[in-house]
Amino acid sequence: MEANMPLTLNNFTQLENFGHSLRAPSYRFKPASVDEICEVFRLAEQEGLTVTVRGAGRSYNDAALNGGGIMLDLSAMNKILEWDPATGMVRCEPGVTLEQLWQLVEPDGWWPPVVSGTMRTTLGGCLAANIHGKNNFKMGTIGEHVVAFNALLPTGAEITCTPNENADLFFSMISGLGMLGVITSVTMQMKRIESGLLEVHAWPVHDLHEHLSFLLEYAPEYDYIVGWLDTMNGGKGLGRGQIHAANYLHGREDPNPQESMKLNNQVLPPRIFGVFPKSILYLFMIPFANNLGWWGVSTAKYIASLRKHTFRQSHAAFHFLLDYVPNWELSYGRGGLIQYQSFLPRETAEDAWREMLIISLRRGMPSYLGVTKRHRPDNFLLTHAVDGFSLALDFKVTDGNRAALSKMLQDFDRIVLDAGGRFYFAKNSETTAEAARAFLGEETNRKFKELKQRCDPDNLLESDLFRRVFG
Amino acid sequence: MHVTALSLRGLYDSWQIFEMTDMLESIRPFSEETLSNYPRPAAATPLHPRRRGIIIGASDGIGAALARRLAREGYILALLARSADKLESISNEINQASGEQRARAYIHDVAEYEKVPGLLRRIVADLGGLDLVVFVAGVNYPPGGIDKYNFENDRQMIEINLIGAMAWLSPVAEMFQSARAGQIVGIGSVAGDRGRVGNPGNNASKAGLATYLEALRNRLTRHGVNVLTVKPGFVQTRMLKAALGPTPFSIPVEKAVEDIWNAVKKRKQVVYTAPIWRWIMLAIQHTPSFIFRRLTF
Repeated sequence: MEANMPLTLNNFTQLENFGHSLRAPSYRFKPASVDEICEVFRLAEQEGLTVTVRGAGRSYNDAALNGGGIMLDLSAMNKILEWDPATGMVRCEPGVTLEQLWQLVEPDGWWPPVVSGTMRTTLGGCLAANIHGKNNFKMGTIGEHVVAFNALLPTGAEITCTPNENADLFFSMISGLGMLGVITSVTMQMKRIESGLLEVHAWPVHDLHEHLSFLLEYAPEYDYIVGWLDTMNGGKGLGRGQIHAANYLHGREDPNPQESMKLNNQVLPPRIFGVFPKSILYLFMIPFANNLGWWGVSTAKYIASLRKHTFRQSHAAFHFLLDYVPNWELSYGRGGLIQYQSFLPRETAEDAWREMLIISLRRGMPSYLGVTKRHRPDNFLLTHAVDGFSLALDFKVTDGNRAALSKMLQDFDRIVLDAGGRFYFAKNSETTAEAARAFLGEETNRKFKELKQRCDPDNLLESDLFRRVFG
Repeated sequence: MHVTALSLRGLYDSWQIFEMTDMLESIRPFSEETLSNYPRPAAATPLHPRRRGIIIGASDGIGAALARRLAREGYILALLARSADKLESISNEINQASGEQRARAYIHDVAEYEKVPGLLRRIVADLGGLDLVVFVAGVNYPPGGIDKYNFENDRQMIEINLIGAMAWLSPVAEMFQSARAGQIVGIGSVAGDRGRVGNPGNNASKAGLATYLEALRNRLTRHGVNVLTVKPGFVQTRMLKAALGPTPFSIPVEKAVEDIWNAVKKRKQVVYTAPIWRWIMLAIQHTPSFIFRRLTF
């Protein structure tokens, strides 16, 4: 990148979200250093444009979109700065992906304490959304494992944040959606593992009550727990599905840990049975991406899951389900998909989700994904977590269903808010400013606006998400 | 009604008027400023997608009618012209009808070429993106007789109708090419299809515009960008009512705009409105020169 960059029209790029359901053009810059980020801020100031930070673009919504503004693409700032295999402490630039990270630390007997369902996300993005994994009830969010980070504020100030130093910014920039400043390096503690394998237990649950009871009851006994919920079938079996719970292997449980921690035994194979390339697998999902097709898939999956069983699986295979089928999101067609994830307290979750699932089936717009997790609250400002559960739903968007789907999600929002629930800013794309205000509460809103004013007095950092939810 | 049944003189007169119709009001000379500080339009979400358009020359005639039509289709629009009053009244009308902030007015003189890139950038930021750009602006100064010449008028027609279009569409084309998406609409005229005795300067400006749009189309189609050339015949705008002679096949402005909207939707390349003009102009284009140069229109 040139030292003095001009704002030219030919770096105007059409950017999309992960679900391919939104497009927004921006002037894209890929800085390679903190100085270059500074320059982009000065340029934005000069031109009267706003700036949004983008990592891997894996948000389902508009978190990394800035229509008509500047996109600060940090994917080129992806160097691992320090790695100490003795202590498990790693320092990285924000564009480092979870894939880079686990492949660095795993052979030395470590694993990122919190990972998302895809390994393509960047650390900067993970911190901005304060992601959780299937171990949220035990390990909290990714922010809880950050020892320190450096950030550049739009004012040009460079700061260091730890849970003690600049603590208010530590707990607000993590979860802050990239709206307070740009994280320029992160120091994180990895988790010690004694084997490259997890012992996974799978068992069926026959209705929603059993589903949530099992998540609640069994979570304390496991390191990870996640549920698949059959969203296509109602009636008595509404909310049925399968629970996967996994534990790390300790001591001699894995006879050959050196072998299982080798990268070769972790990396997801690019071909099925060694011959069939996964890169085109999504094409075979297209015929099923409709109500009838998906009903068949879900029913078959449930029947297959009725057998209770235990198996061992590599960390990568257990965690990165979204990477199994590359480009799976394209199978949803031209309108793409939207994700709706709600977080509900354990007391109210069952009734609220029963109502939502029934509505979705009655209105003929069932979700093609149902994933449940167990959560605990955390101290970050824009937190989505509750002492309860989350349910993630994927809806296919078509030209014909937009109005009805929008109406349904408004009804869902009301149900979730009435039940004391929360939403996740990295996922929901239709959350309104009113809904966000309602679940965040006055105090949080006021505090976030105050911090925004302090860190970014000229409102240089704005994303489409920010304008939608805080605008 | 049949063309052959008309006196050529009458047709000549009405042609002059016709060429003055839409755009006389629109574009000269003004200073560039926004009328007021509009709030940003509502956020686009997957379930409430917003298309965004710019109409250059939106204060009257086809431009204003197209603005109303596109707003009805849910477009968020930047309306450009020099007349603050007209722009404001059209924007208000659109925003009231739709119950939200769908139109934003920008006062602009297309002859101030150097202001275009900055204004374009600002509009795209205000709208939050850009999907469609319609260039309607134009002036027409008929020389007032087939033995009259006026270089100053000719120059202005070229400066507004052609260079003005290039000043806008060149950066827009670069943007769309880079984004690999978008649609450009240029409102030309049947006047560009043949050089006639009546108004050489105007014929040249519209022919130049048509060729420029064709060249953009050939560049941009491979990048997923559509370029539509619109060639209106007689359109019943305020000015046409003052026409001295017959105005054959004249259509209400709403009808012209409907044709344009359909062509935009179908991503067509060239559209005549009314469609009959395709055949009339085909005949005129193929009239041998030894006949055509003896005609008086």
